[in-house]
Amino acid sequence: MDHPGSARRIYIHALSVRIFHWLNAVAMVMMIMSGWRIYNASPLYDWISFPNYLTIGGWLGGALQWHFAAMWLFVINLLVYLLIGVFSGHFRNSMLPVTPGGVVGDLGKALRGKLPHDIGVYNSVQKISYIGVLLLMVLIFVSGLCVWKPVQFQSIAALMGGYEGARIVHFICMSLICAFIVMHLVLVAIVPSTFIPMITGWAKTKKGTGHVA
Amino acid sequence: MLLKRKSMPLLLERTSSILNIERRLFMKQTLSLGALAMLTGCGAPTDETVTDRILSAMSRWNDGAQAALFDPNKLAPVYTEADIQDPFPFNAFYGEDEVTVVPEAGYKLELTGMIAKKESWSLDQLRALPQASQITRHICVEGWSAIGKWGGPPLGDFLRLVGADLSAKYVGFKCADQYFSSIDMATALHPQTLIGLTFRDKPLPPKFGFPMKIRVPTKLGFKNPKHIMEMYVTNDYPGGYWEDQGYNWFSGS
Repeated sequence: MDHPGSARRIYIHALSVRIFHWLNAVAMVMMIMSGWRIYNASPLYDWISFPNYLTIGGWLGGALQWHFAAMWLFVINLLVYLLIGVFSGHFRNSMLPVTPGGVVGDLGKALRGKLPHDIGVYNSVQKISYIGVLLLMVLIFVSGLCVWKPVQFQSIAALMGGYEGARIVHFICMSLICAFIVMHLVLVAIVPSTFIPMITGWAKTKKGTGHVA
Repeated sequence: MLLKRKSMPLLLERTSSILNIERRLFMKQTLSLGALAMLTGCGAPTDETVTDRILSAMSRWNDGAQAALFDPNKLAPVYTEADIQDPFPFNAFYGEDEVTVVPEAGYKLELTGMIAKKESWSLDQLRALPQASQITRHICVEGWSAIGKWGGPPLGDFLRLVGADLSAKYVGFKCADQYFSSIDMATALHPQTLIGLTFRDKPLPPKFGFPMKIRVPTKLGFKNPKHIMEMYVTNDYPGGYWEDQGYNWFSGS
């Protein structure tokens, strides 16, 4: 039996989630940094280009090699995670249900700094963010496939307005995923105790509060 | 040489050199390089080379993946005359003022390699063959695309006519501007792969590849070589100007 005020350890992140998270982090960094170099070769928008020091590959050919190598890590990792998430009940238990009212309410609390971080439980803003970024990852894959193979996947590309439309969808997905990453890192900086559990799986709590120690 | 060159092509400055290496030696070299890295305590330059080699191996893996994805009967989307981009962009490894001008007089397309009838072909002979035309999207490896119209005999018909070994792996092209490239046989036999003699129903202008180019709407632009002087069929991986520097060889759409 725990003594009052003593710390307790709770297992909050399954191994499959942690493996997906970190492999995805590596894959995303490689995809985005090489993607920016590829983008620079022929910018979609005159007013947007990326500093070369934030890119990898050294030149267009090198960046393309990185992009289409990291692609396999990104896609296979995502696919395995989605399958495990569906069949293990991870999505059903951790990310659902999510309601518009819940999101608005939690967002209001978060902006006022009054949203408690309940350990091992996602609030509505987290739920909608994680669902959203997962959908973005699926869409960036599908749009990327259409940019890579606009003839073989022309029926899917047609839904996005063909090759040029797929380029725009791919770019918008990248931008939104980058926005997610920035928010994600800012929130980890604000609540740094969330960082270790994503490595070990275990979080510490203060007994009784249910909040992160 | 029959051609008149305005200037030598400029080699584009490369920020990274990716070695073109023999496929067969690849694993052996990687292993010995890995062993060397461990023996020497591994310096940064060695690590970089290993990275390059992993990326090259992945690029070859992607050649295979794309060959598997390639549907020989799936046609590239076609467009209307109104969709044609005007002016159509020029792109090469040299500037537009350095375009190679090949005179028609005396031009003969040379055929070599695994082809039964190796007689060379004049432009008039090529023009006398049944012609096809297409309005398709040209997609550059850089990302931009433009719709154009090309006409000429389908390459597959031509390869059958000259008795090319259709079971061979590659069809290669050598160009008057020192460019060279190669494509897989399945793509060479695709119904939309043309020997391009015309652009917008007129003979190809020099900047778009006179006297002939290969138009492949199922591959990126750099796999559409211009100013072709020699065509050959082979089972030995022929590479290409950009491919040897690191662009993916298959580069299918």
